[in-house]
Amino acid sequence: MPLPQHAVHAQIESVYRAESRRVLATLIRLLGDFDLAEEALHDAFRAALEQWPRDGMPDNPRAWLVSAGRFKAIDGLRKRARFDALDESHEQIAATEDPAPWDKEYVEDDRLRLIFTCCHPALAPDAQVALTLREVCGLATEEIARAFLTPAPTLAQRIVRAKAKIRDARIPYEVPAPGELPQRLDAVLRVIYLVFNEGYAASSGNALTRGDLSAEAIRLGRLLCELQPDPEASGLLALMLLQESRRAARATPEGELVLLEDQDRTLWDRALIEEGIGLVEQALSSRRFGPYTLQAAIAAVHAEAPDAADTDWPQIVGLYDVLARVAPSPVVALNRAVAVAMRDGPATGLALIDAILADGALDGYHLAHAARAELCRRLGRIEEARAGFERALTLARQEPERRFLQRRLAAL
Amino acid sequence: MKYLCLVYSEESRLHTQPDSPKDAECLAYANKVHASGRMLAAEALQPVHTATTVRMRNGKVSITDGPFAETREQLAGFYLVEADNLDQALEVAAHIPAARVGSVEVRPVRELQPHDS
Repeated sequence: MPLPQHAVHAQIESVYRAESRRVLATLIRLLGDFDLAEEALHDAFRAALEQWPRDGMPDNPRAWLVSAGRFKAIDGLRKRARFDALDESHEQIAATEDPAPWDKEYVEDDRLRLIFTCCHPALAPDAQVALTLREVCGLATEEIARAFLTPAPTLAQRIVRAKAKIRDARIPYEVPAPGELPQRLDAVLRVIYLVFNEGYAASSGNALTRGDLSAEAIRLGRLLCELQPDPEASGLLALMLLQESRRAARATPEGELVLLEDQDRTLWDRALIEEGIGLVEQALSSRRFGPYTLQAAIAAVHAEAPDAADTDWPQIVGLYDVLARVAPSPVVALNRAVAVAMRDGPATGLALIDAILADGALDGYHLAHAARAELCRRLGRIEEARAGFERALTLARQEPERRFLQRRLAAL
Repeated sequence: MKYLCLVYSEESRLHTQPDSPKDAECLAYANKVHASGRMLAAEALQPVHTATTVRMRNGKVSITDGPFAETREQLAGFYLVEADNLDQALEVAAHIPAARVGSVEVRPVRELQPHDS
């Protein structure tokens, strides 16, 4: 007995949510073109809406959709080819035999191919981010534009250009060879963390939309860990989960910034912390971890502490020491200096920050001046603290940070 | 598909850095690419002071001394390679010895259409 119409429609909708990205990833491989594959995906679901209510759900909806999409695309190309001049590539697609598209491993690899192609270093970084969110996550162009506070036409253009480069420069739809894999995986991790931070950074944007971006990054992180297990991928997922666990505590209901040491730790999400700590331990035990795992380990030490004073600061300084060796940067040095101040007192930390600032690289970084001002305040050097917070205020761009610095200044 | 790998470098630095390649190394690499079957052509160029730029305007030839544009890095040589995709072309480009002191721009070749529609 056929199911009632609305029940089939609801099922098709849930199939779309669960399978559309997988189907797209396989269609891109079979058709060799992003736009063609997207068109085919829509045609396939249109056909499902016509046929499934009449004939019932197929046993394997994903396989049905891939077949239908591929058939529609080839059919469309043949029709067009009658009017166009002979086009070799179209003939080639039509001639391609369907290479076992239902093979589970092949299809999972398609999703990995899609991720690596969208995050290919030959694409501009902002294009990698936009393309990944559009193609791998299935977000609408307007959604991505809103989340990145970018005009939709600009973002659409970025995606069009990226697809054109993939097609015209022939960026391969492949999982990189083992020799290239570490470097290419780094690029994927960078894109995922960029998406996460865009959703996590305090900003004047719509809070809800931006939180969604972090959730999307965590979903991507999970997908990557499942498809391409790697210690740094686990480390990045752990880092995102541990940062996300503090979301409810890091701002007041009015949207005011709350520093880590002042956060109400009962608001931290224990389930996320537990999962994050498990992943950190797993990544650390591999001995092939990198900067994401180390940052996650630092976040894990904070997550385990009952409050700022009872935090294991020696361990945090030790982790920063390793991080400074693996991935040296002025910002890592600054964070290390702040941890040293917590371990050994503000005077020691201040000496380190002064040395970092003298180097010049962080002169335009508001948090360096704010950190220095904070240590001066603790040492009773109020005029220096005032000058530091004022300098930070001239450099800070995000509204919640600016309001935070103004409150700090007023409290001196 | 064909890719053109354009090797750019500051001429004053090309042969003077500790990492600067010697001709023998460049030749050896060209031979290696040739043996891999990817090589279509590769040459190193004389410095830009030898360059002459030609234009045809209103049926008249204009000839000027120098490269078409003064840039900080100059075209020093090229590889034309056959590759299945960009990754294969990038692999060849990355190991061109001059890439250690200069930059290599990789561009897919556009096949001209004999019958424009």
